[in-house]
Amino acid sequence: MAQINLLQAINSALDIAMAENERTVCFGEDVGHFGGVFRATSGLQEKYGKARCFNSPLVEQGIIGFANGLAAQGTVAIAEIQFADYIFPAFDQIVNEAAKFRYRTGNEFNVGKLTIRSPYGGGIAGGLYHSQSPEAYFAHTPGLKVVIPRNPYQAKGLLLASIRDDNPVVFFEPKRLYRASVGEVPEEDYQLPLGKAEVVQTGTDITLLAWGAQMEIIEKAAQMASNDGISCEVVDLRTILPWDIETITNSVMKTGRLLISQEAPLTAGFASEIAATVQSECFLHLESPIARVCGLDTPYPLALEKEYVSDHLKVYEAIKKTVNF
Amino acid sequence: MSTEIYDDGPVVHQPTFIDGTSVEIPELRILRQNGTTYPKADLPDIDQALATKIYQTLAFHRVLDERMVASQRQGRLSFYMTALGEEAASVGGAAALQPQDMIMMQYREQGTLMFRGFSIENFMNQMFSNAEDLGKGRQMPIHYGSKELNCMTVSSTLATQIPQAAGYAYGQKLQGLDAVTLCYFGEGAASEGDFHAGLNMAAVQEAPVIFFCRNNGYAISTPTDEQFKGNGIASRGVGYGMKTIRIDGNDILAVLKATQIARAYAVKESKPVLIEAMSYRLGGHSTSDDPSGYRTKEEEAKWQSHDPVARMKNWMLKQKWWDEVKETALFEKYREEVLAAVKVAEKIDKPHIDTMITDVYDVPTAQLKAQLDAVKAHVNKYPEAYPFTAGKF
Repeated sequence: MAQINLLQAINSALDIAMAENERTVCFGEDVGHFGGVFRATSGLQEKYGKARCFNSPLVEQGIIGFANGLAAQGTVAIAEIQFADYIFPAFDQIVNEAAKFRYRTGNEFNVGKLTIRSPYGGGIAGGLYHSQSPEAYFAHTPGLKVVIPRNPYQAKGLLLASIRDDNPVVFFEPKRLYRASVGEVPEEDYQLPLGKAEVVQTGTDITLLAWGAQMEIIEKAAQMASNDGISCEVVDLRTILPWDIETITNSVMKTGRLLISQEAPLTAGFASEIAATVQSECFLHLESPIARVCGLDTPYPLALEKEYVSDHLKVYEAIKKTVNF
Repeated sequence: MSTEIYDDGPVVHQPTFIDGTSVEIPELRILRQNGTTYPKADLPDIDQALATKIYQTLAFHRVLDERMVASQRQGRLSFYMTALGEEAASVGGAAALQPQDMIMMQYREQGTLMFRGFSIENFMNQMFSNAEDLGKGRQMPIHYGSKELNCMTVSSTLATQIPQAAGYAYGQKLQGLDAVTLCYFGEGAASEGDFHAGLNMAAVQEAPVIFFCRNNGYAISTPTDEQFKGNGIASRGVGYGMKTIRIDGNDILAVLKATQIARAYAVKESKPVLIEAMSYRLGGHSTSDDPSGYRTKEEEAKWQSHDPVARMKNWMLKQKWWDEVKETALFEKYREEVLAAVKVAEKIDKPHIDTMITDVYDVPTAQLKAQLDAVKAHVNKYPEAYPFTAGKF
């Protein structure tokens, strides 16, 4: 198997999706000949033509509105929003249109063939408008699926599953890992399941839960904790909505403790939703309060990014505090 | 390819501003109110059969609107919206298309559905949110739609259908279909960002879509002079580099002619077209408002004298394709049918409780099933509080 980075894995998934179905189109700002500002769509226009891989005007609400129409028509629409920070002009087309299309029409029409790709998250010195993690806004919207991969292998398999899933999917890509994360990825077609978390390391003392770029943070913290004799179970949520309650609660019932790490601000982040459900489902198994390690309730900083974000040291401290409660 | 220089205008060396209202836009008029056509007017493709179908649809539209407003006033229906005075825009637009063309409505274009054969039962079931509604009782009255008839289901969110129409049409083009998308919206909705996004995307991607603006003078209570400046909505089409026409929206022959040409152009050239139809909303915005609070009786009376249905009737009479006996019989028949259909639809059960969680996703999730089970258990505990569903699952 080839060692490729996360961007190349995304590109490979898009290539497979476009090759298998001539009714698959891929578009967004600078997505065409240039191949996207991160180069995720490199070579696709050359291979599949300008009609199927093209630049859109600079208008996010137009991109998603256009994509909704394409998907309703039966075309497989893969739309890119250049940064998740700029997805908000399209919020209405995502939240009021894509998410509710099947429901409001009584299943006369649907936009299940829509996938929205967008790079999210910090760690690239991007400041408040190139660093946000907006997954919780979309997790509050019935009808959407929200997926975030942690590495190249996951990215390819989850993106192919998202494109083929018969529901609109918002697929957030951890841009800090685009080139930093390298791993073995099969060249051929494969899918990983949506709505399924993955236990990436088993343990007995505490469950550490995260998604996307936070996964390597909690894995590093788990390693530090193991040197202290603390056995961590590490879980990747993978799909934020609809989320895999069973895998998480099974893990917590075994370990008796839960820590959730997210890049987004603390208040009303998705970690809060998980904490509420787990305390309800696992109340009698919990041996300490559920810990949330998150960003501050501020905009994402620039100069003080390190202080702001949930890192392995903050997670490590929270592990010890939770285990020693 | 980038445009380095606009070479189609003269170069000047003194500052020369273009006036914001200087775009001159002609308005197509074919049919006069007395039923005669203007000399030298280009008539649309229309024969007696099509004309009769259009006129019968207009008549049905009038009757349905009149009866449903009455039903709402009687408390039998929660809400209704008429298209009084501007029915020609929807019926004429649909009549210019082929059945495979997609129509995306805003909400005041029930005439398109009528023309395409949406049954009286379909209308009633939707308005009474009953178990037979194609939309499963989820949207307020008048939010119709039909996959079979290629009429996209109405949504309350204004102008969202505009960029969607561009995308839908682009999909039709990619497939090489002989089909276009017709997208309706009001002049008020044209202030929304989605209007500009949609027109620009359609123009740049060369999507075969017909944007059809019903400029009916009001967005709820806001008149056009408080909605926009410049020469109407048509001038926006020019700005987006789009073939554009303004027509008399109360002139069924002008609507038909312009839309027929627009369709042929969109298919042949694979490019978008904008039609601005000038009309007037003779009714309220909906049954929830009273226009006397924001406009004069004189203004309404002026527009009543431009009634599009009366105008077509006058033309039909002159063509000897219609007479008063047929007229009386048709309206009487429609009134009876509508009244009978109301009585049936209001007695049909509300949708089954299971439809609470269907169609959110293609398949209900485990979480949704658990939430539904909890609701069912609660309904069973307090059945008298939930009469629509208690004892029915």
